[in-house]
Amino acid sequence: MKKTIGEKIFDYVNILFMCIIIFLFIFPFWQLLMISFNDATDAMRGGIYFWPRMWTLKNYQMTLKHPLIGNAYLITILRTVIGTICSLLATGMFAYGLSKKHLVFRKVYLTLATITMFFSGGLIPTFLLIRGLGLTNNFWVYIIPSLISVWNMIIMKTFFQSLPASLEESAKIDGYNDLQIFFKIVLPTSTPIIAAIALFNGVGHWNAWFDAYIYINDANLLPLQTILMKIVAQNSAAQELMQHEQAVQGAVTPEAMKITTMMIAIGPIVLIYPFLQKYFMKGIMIGAIKE
Amino acid sequence: MNGVTTVKYKEEKNKVNYTWKEFKKQKYLQIMVIPWVIWLIVFSYIPMYGIIIAFKEFQIGNGILGSPWVGFMQFKMFFNNPEFFNIMKNTLGISILKLVIGFPAPIILALLLNELTHAKFKKLVQSVSYLPHFISWVIMAGIITRILSGEGGVINELLMAIGLLQEPITFLGEPQYFWGILVLSDIWKGVGWGSIIYLAAISNVDQGMYEAAAIDGAKRFQRIWHITLPSIAPTIVILLIFSVSGILNAGFDQIYLLQNPLVLDVGEVLDTYVYKVGISQARYSYSTAVGLFKSVVGFILILITNWLAKKVSDQGIF
Repeated sequence: MKKTIGEKIFDYVNILFMCIIIFLFIFPFWQLLMISFNDATDAMRGGIYFWPRMWTLKNYQMTLKHPLIGNAYLITILRTVIGTICSLLATGMFAYGLSKKHLVFRKVYLTLATITMFFSGGLIPTFLLIRGLGLTNNFWVYIIPSLISVWNMIIMKTFFQSLPASLEESAKIDGYNDLQIFFKIVLPTSTPIIAAIALFNGVGHWNAWFDAYIYINDANLLPLQTILMKIVAQNSAAQELMQHEQAVQGAVTPEAMKITTMMIAIGPIVLIYPFLQKYFMKGIMIGAIKE
Repeated sequence: MNGVTTVKYKEEKNKVNYTWKEFKKQKYLQIMVIPWVIWLIVFSYIPMYGIIIAFKEFQIGNGILGSPWVGFMQFKMFFNNPEFFNIMKNTLGISILKLVIGFPAPIILALLLNELTHAKFKKLVQSVSYLPHFISWVIMAGIITRILSGEGGVINELLMAIGLLQEPITFLGEPQYFWGILVLSDIWKGVGWGSIIYLAAISNVDQGMYEAAAIDGAKRFQRIWHITLPSIAPTIVILLIFSVSGILNAGFDQIYLLQNPLVLDVGEVLDTYVYKVGISQARYSYSTAVGLFKSVVGFILILITNWLAKKVSDQGIF
């Protein structure tokens, strides 16, 4: 096919447009990253766009050494790892059981699950329940209430249903029970969906701030995002953070600390996500319209 | 967005033996499922039952059952509240703006991405545009606040450098900009991710149609208009239904995090209001009533749009 002049112009304009998009999506992150590598008091003068004026790692040293932030980072990592593993196991088992058409009460279970996708108790009844269960000020409030997402369960169920039946039949002949089949055969052969759901769960846990915001008072249990939320939304919190450790003052400004905290909160996501991209594409496709 | 899959199992008409023997035979399967059914009952159904406090005057000491019934008093209180009109206006206004401007954005991006011939460049744009989807609104709000800041924010410095502004503006403190900031930042965060599903739909379009159209002399835009768009129309309709049903969800995280006292008048929406009266002021029954009002309207909306979509295009989610 030969391209007309109009089509060529369209191509160039399209490429230019995409370049602008790349810039708009990268620049805000890039600028903050560069400020986080710049001397804090010097950064207050402004004018840092593409490259730091005075390179330093001091912001990161100070931020990670800060008792509240260091601890929050640990809580976030713990919550993400434990929460993702637990969610995967719970959602996977539930989905696997429901993928079997001969399961007694399958319809009842599925209906119960589906209804929750359309109706929910809302904020206050859930809040009262969590409080009634004694989960407030408790690390497990991060893990237990978010164990299962029915959306993810349905995606996994669809995937399991597409697995060849012969795989499980031969395992049955070898004397495996359903639990063994699930752990030894189904899980290992389902890497794409596991990776996709793990990524969704992991990102969800990593980014969560609201549950800690309403259920947790103990500063030692707060995840990074909630602390960051308090710094971002209530600027005064940044000053409080600074007073937490006097030695920090002078070397790092509240603003620099805020930006550096944002960077360490983004870091792992940006680092992991290129590797998992092919998996989450697959995951969203399986759950997508076509089926 | 994934809800379509749920429709399928209605068709799976299998004979199941409802006997104790059969149940015992599959005990491992049942062990894998029953704990999560109980989990659903505790964490989803007990809160649904808790909704009845919307019709009561909930007192913690008396519990849900012991608290006195008040009928629709909580609802009336909300409808008669002078803030009601404002909150509804903001919720609907922000949502409709997001729908009208934000909904087509990923479709346009997907169509343009599809026209890129260079595979690596296309991949790069895609990867970059998904990124904000994975970053929390907390961080996005931090970045937005900084970009728009009156003290050294990039936008202000740029506008002043090219002489469009004499003095810096604190954009987030000006009510007239707030809705625009919400819509644009929503697109910024979601457009790339939203385009995935359309790209998937586009990749399923029969390539033969394009070749046939090319032979018939169809131009680039004609092919997009007459082949690509109609081919992905079912996807568009289904996603539209989901968007419309969520019209009262203006976006809690984003709005709550970007709100400040200066813009509260245009920035208070149902979700932020439910949070504030419920959690901060502990008016449990009143807040639950507002939340229930929101859910009911949302549910009616999904029924209406679904019905409309079926009439117009034979597409629906149920």
